Amino acid sequence: MKRALFACLIAAVAIVTLGFLALPIVAIFAHTTPAHLLDQLSNPVVRDAFVVSLKTSLIAQALIVVFGTPTAFLLATRRFRGHAVAVTLVELPLVLPPAVAGIGLLAAFGRLGLLGSTFDALGVTLPFTQTAVTIAVAYVASPLYIRQAIAAFEATDPNLTAASRTLGAGPVRTFFRVVLPLARGALVAGLALSFARGLGEFGATIMFAGSLQRVTQTLPLAIYAEFDRNFDATLAMSGFLVLVSVVLLLGLRIGLTWQRSPSNRSSYLFGPSASG
Amino acid sequence: MAALALEQVVVPLRAFSLRLSLDVDGALALVGPSGAGKTTVLRAIAGLVRPASGRIVSGDDVWFDGAKGVSLAPDRRRVGLVFQDYALFPHLSVRENIEYARHRRADEYLDRFAIRHLERARPADLSGGERQRVALARALARDPDVLLLDEPLSALDAHTKAGVRSELHDLLRELAIPVLLVTHDFEDAAALAERVGVIVEGELRQLAAPGELVAGPSDPFVASFTGANLLNGYGERDGALTRVRLVDGTVVTTADEADGEVVLAVYPWDITISTAPPHDSAMNLINAPIRGIAEIGNRIRVTLGPVSAEITADSRQRLGLEVGQPAYASFKATGTRVVANHADPAREGALPSRAEDGVTSASRRR
Repeated sequence: MKRALFACLIAAVAIVTLGFLALPIVAIFAHTTPAHLLDQLSNPVVRDAFVVSLKTSLIAQALIVVFGTPTAFLLATRRFRGHAVAVTLVELPLVLPPAVAGIGLLAAFGRLGLLGSTFDALGVTLPFTQTAVTIAVAYVASPLYIRQAIAAFEATDPNLTAASRTLGAGPVRTFFRVVLPLARGALVAGLALSFARGLGEFGATIMFAGSLQRVTQTLPLAIYAEFDRNFDATLAMSGFLVLVSVVLLLGLRIGLTWQRSPSNRSSYLFGPSASG
Repeated sequence: MAALALEQVVVPLRAFSLRLSLDVDGALALVGPSGAGKTTVLRAIAGLVRPASGRIVSGDDVWFDGAKGVSLAPDRRRVGLVFQDYALFPHLSVRENIEYARHRRADEYLDRFAIRHLERARPADLSGGERQRVALARALARDPDVLLLDEPLSALDAHTKAGVRSELHDLLRELAIPVLLVTHDFEDAAALAERVGVIVEGELRQLAAPGELVAGPSDPFVASFTGANLLNGYGERDGALTRVRLVDGTVVTTADEADGEVVLAVYPWDITISTAPPHDSAMNLINAPIRGIAEIGNRIRVTLGPVSAEITADSRQRLGLEVGQPAYASFKATGTRVVANHADPAREGALPSRAEDGVTSASRRR
């Protein structure tokens, strides 16, 4: 009797939890039809936010890959003084309140900031430009990629890199022909998470870049701006972001199962942080 | 054949230091318990571990010279290393694995190792024996001056092992480069290599032909580690049995199948010593004067003709055995095992051995 009650209780709690998580998503689509969503694309505010988001996200992710991959490789393969500090630094933006990150960026790159006079001398103004949006997104989203990349590189079988070396391949060829292909699945997973996080960036962007339509107003900022003016537009943009998130997560799940198929022998490619 | 030479190579390990001087030409096996530093030897030669001092020379090429600060990167040393788990690239096909070492001539190696039908397979889809052949093909496709094998048979199940061992034996004889292999199994070492070195806690205890190690172990550890007597001879089938004519003319009967040159193993504790011809089921009887009597821990090793037997001190006293006295050694045909076919006869007493005292792990037996 007691056992049955316990089982029922657990099931009931789980249902409440899942319902709670699903309800807002369902609510968004209850108000938006696909036709409605497409309709809103003609709305200049929505269209501009869309373009700004896409452009800044793509550039930010490219920067994250170009700078993050070598950094992750270094942190995964070398042990040096200050290694723990470096890893903490990489992870910091993950726990830092985004608004604080924005203030930090402003204090660093702003006109009166640490590097402000340097940029001034070069005739470059960063705050409240599209470059600022890109920087904010890159800052906040980078840990998701770099952490994943570190885990992937750490999981690379050292015997495989050793084998590559004894077969006459130098460190460069070894990296591109062995290390990178074996880590690829995990790197793509990390990039997907980083992309999703970057697309939803709000706090750091509004602090550091402001919310100027066509310049710095990304989708989340536009949702906030249009909130009390055009609720239909906010719903459409929200619906779009939900779709992107779902597609990314599903893609990850499918990629994960595919990577773990026995013929690939690479279940280790995904570090624990990729489980979501 | 350009020899490989290790000159006073020292590699500090966690609990002890590896200290080794070694000349390798032909096939040489290092045997020892796990954690003896065997793999470290191979990694140091390949350039994956940097020794603290010493010299490693292959022919005229200096690969490592501690005094001069020379240490070539692994990819600059012409060395083929077959890893214990084979370390095949899981994301590449068999052909791509071999091409990784050599771009154009993969076909030659696919044919030579009879793996052409597997060229498109991924390593995960291969059996243990197939993986080993791919690993060997890949290592040799690099065209190395030295071949290193790390526990080449340990990843295989017992059933596959016998066949692979014989294949590997033939291959090592064909190669015109020095081969250094490490294993924890003396029987494997004896079957594959012309010379065997016993290594314990980073130090070479004894280096000799396999038969020589069994007949004259320099210390109790070597004795207990080597275990079996190894008898070289020429086998001929005789009904269900095989008659093996040994180098000294003695004919030994084994229940294993073999043809041509063979190496038989028989354990000293399977051999009975008596002063009169025994009347029992043993098919093999050797009558000769006792060549040597050695105490090994709590056992007595009596060498007589081509074999050594292990008996207790009590038995020795009861029989009153002394060196030079004629005696009989008997053992069953089922107590012998063929460990190698087509083997070269082991060289007699070629190398000096070094005795050492104070061995604590003497009582360990495989």
